[in-house]
Amino acid sequence: MATEHSKAAARIMIAPAVFVLLVWMLVPLCMTLYFSFADYRPLRATFEPWIGFDNYVSFFTSSSFISSVVTTLQMVGGILCITIVGGVLLALLLDQPMFGQGIVRILVIAPFFVMPTVSALVWKNMFFNVDNGLFSYLYAALGLQPYDFLSQAPLLSIIVIVAWQWLPFATLILLTAVQSLSSEQLEAAEMDGAPGLSRFWYIILPHLSRAITVVILIQTIFLLSIFAEIFVTTNGAFGTRTLTYLVYQRVLESQNIGLGSAGGIIAVILANIVALFLMRIVGKNLDN
Amino acid sequence: MGRITLENVQKKFGDVEVIPPLNLTIEDGEFVVFVGPSGCGKSTLLRLIAGLEDVTGGEIRIDGKPATDLPPAKRGLAMVFQSYALYPHMSVRKNIAFPMKMAGMDQAEQDRRIAKAATALNLTDYLDRRPGQLSGGQRQRVAIGRAIVREPAAFLFDEPLSNLDAALRVGMRMEISELHKSLETTMIYVTHDQVEAMTMADKIVVLRAGHIEQVGSPLELYKAPRNVFVAGFIGSPKMNLLAGAHADRHDCATMGIRPEHLDVVDGGGTFSGRVGIAEHLGSDTFFHVHVDGISEPMTVRAGGEIGLTHGDTIHLEPQADKIHRFDAQGLRIA
Repeated sequence: MATEHSKAAARIMIAPAVFVLLVWMLVPLCMTLYFSFADYRPLRATFEPWIGFDNYVSFFTSSSFISSVVTTLQMVGGILCITIVGGVLLALLLDQPMFGQGIVRILVIAPFFVMPTVSALVWKNMFFNVDNGLFSYLYAALGLQPYDFLSQAPLLSIIVIVAWQWLPFATLILLTAVQSLSSEQLEAAEMDGAPGLSRFWYIILPHLSRAITVVILIQTIFLLSIFAEIFVTTNGAFGTRTLTYLVYQRVLESQNIGLGSAGGIIAVILANIVALFLMRIVGKNLDN
Repeated sequence: MGRITLENVQKKFGDVEVIPPLNLTIEDGEFVVFVGPSGCGKSTLLRLIAGLEDVTGGEIRIDGKPATDLPPAKRGLAMVFQSYALYPHMSVRKNIAFPMKMAGMDQAEQDRRIAKAATALNLTDYLDRRPGQLSGGQRQRVAIGRAIVREPAAFLFDEPLSNLDAALRVGMRMEISELHKSLETTMIYVTHDQVEAMTMADKIVVLRAGHIEQVGSPLELYKAPRNVFVAGFIGSPKMNLLAGAHADRHDCATMGIRPEHLDVVDGGGTFSGRVGIAEHLGSDTFFHVHVDGISEPMTVRAGGEIGLTHGDTIHLEPQADKIHRFDAQGLRIA
């Protein structure tokens, strides 16, 4: 029974958690907001608390802003494409009864447990490296000129690395969705004369649509903040500078905390706009 | 046209023989009910006919043409599943249209058939709803609609009423029977409920452990069950089956007498005992009578206005020409 007393007690008991969350979120946000209106460059010993919207204007108008937004969209879009398509195919494959199913499933999920920095290093040194990478050996074995992935196709290389990490997540969610499809529905479609591809298109894919939107939503939120993979491989060079990375460069490489903070606030606003749209799409999908 | 012939059809799952070689002919336009206790293989048999399971041996013919190796879609049969198996993301209209769309039928013909089916099944007002917004009975009708529009050679029903409540079940039972009368298409209906079998069937196939125990019209099965299993399975309440001294008197291993063929007499009678439970239904009264020397209580159907209650003594006399006799193997003695 939720009496007045127990309600009060509940409020007191969750208060510490709420307080900690608020402090951890609000304090950095407020500080970022404060710095974004200041000219704060510690190495030059400059600190002017109020310069209006100058930081925002210069962040917006710099040529690197638009290109970083485009790069971010390309990266997130590319990774989503690979993980969704690959995830659906892998989920259908793993749903088939086969020998050693348990072990195969664990192996498929394994990349998710590798830390981003480690996986980026592994890919960079073991696969993409021109002198010692496995791909170079493969190219050489086929009599081809080794290909320098990270400098020739840097954006694609990073997309591949991050997609590799997130594929297990998509597969896992989609696999549970595939397994929840009733076999009678598939049999009914079979009786109705739908060949395999039609069954996939008309029955399986609509059944998965909810899981797919959930995967897109969750992944987008995390993918907007990709950092380690870029830092380890290209350092933001060759057109791989995302918005997140640009903010980092402004703050730590240019030592312009005011400009970086303004970029951070812009990134937060853009991410929220994206999240809002996605939430509405997901909400529509979850309704019926 | 829908004459279905099974010749030595056999099904094994691994080493387990679910259906030993079996022969059966289903005539065109017949309403055939497969009935039996759970796990008797009746659903498996239906799925073999549908093509959803492959036969291990034997041959299936539909209208004389071999269908054993045809995929389900090519057999010209339509199936209604226990869970209805509607497509939840499609409207009722699209659900019903799906088999025609897969067959590449032109739009005008599709619309005509949908309208016809919707009128016949009272679905016209619901065509644009999703299955999730319909009641159990309506979903059932959508599933039937999806089967009708294909104009199949035969309809297969896999326990279609078991997810409905009792009142709705009686209604749908009649709707399906009426549908059969108007379409005159072969229907094969699987159920574990002998009342459904008795009320709907032209021909009942009683199955036990994959074996056909008896094939016949409802009344044939009621009047002359071929063995003890059929005798106990068909009829409600169940036939009283007695062994020992009572059976010896009729020169058989087991004697059977239906509850409705036991007369309540004032004194004497073959059996006398105490009334255990009395179920007063108004029109009838069912007594469970404990007779000395018989372990199971006997069931008796008496008129609705007999004034006997728990603990009273009752005398019973079987109608001599309604006694069923079975030998030691459980087979009927004519």
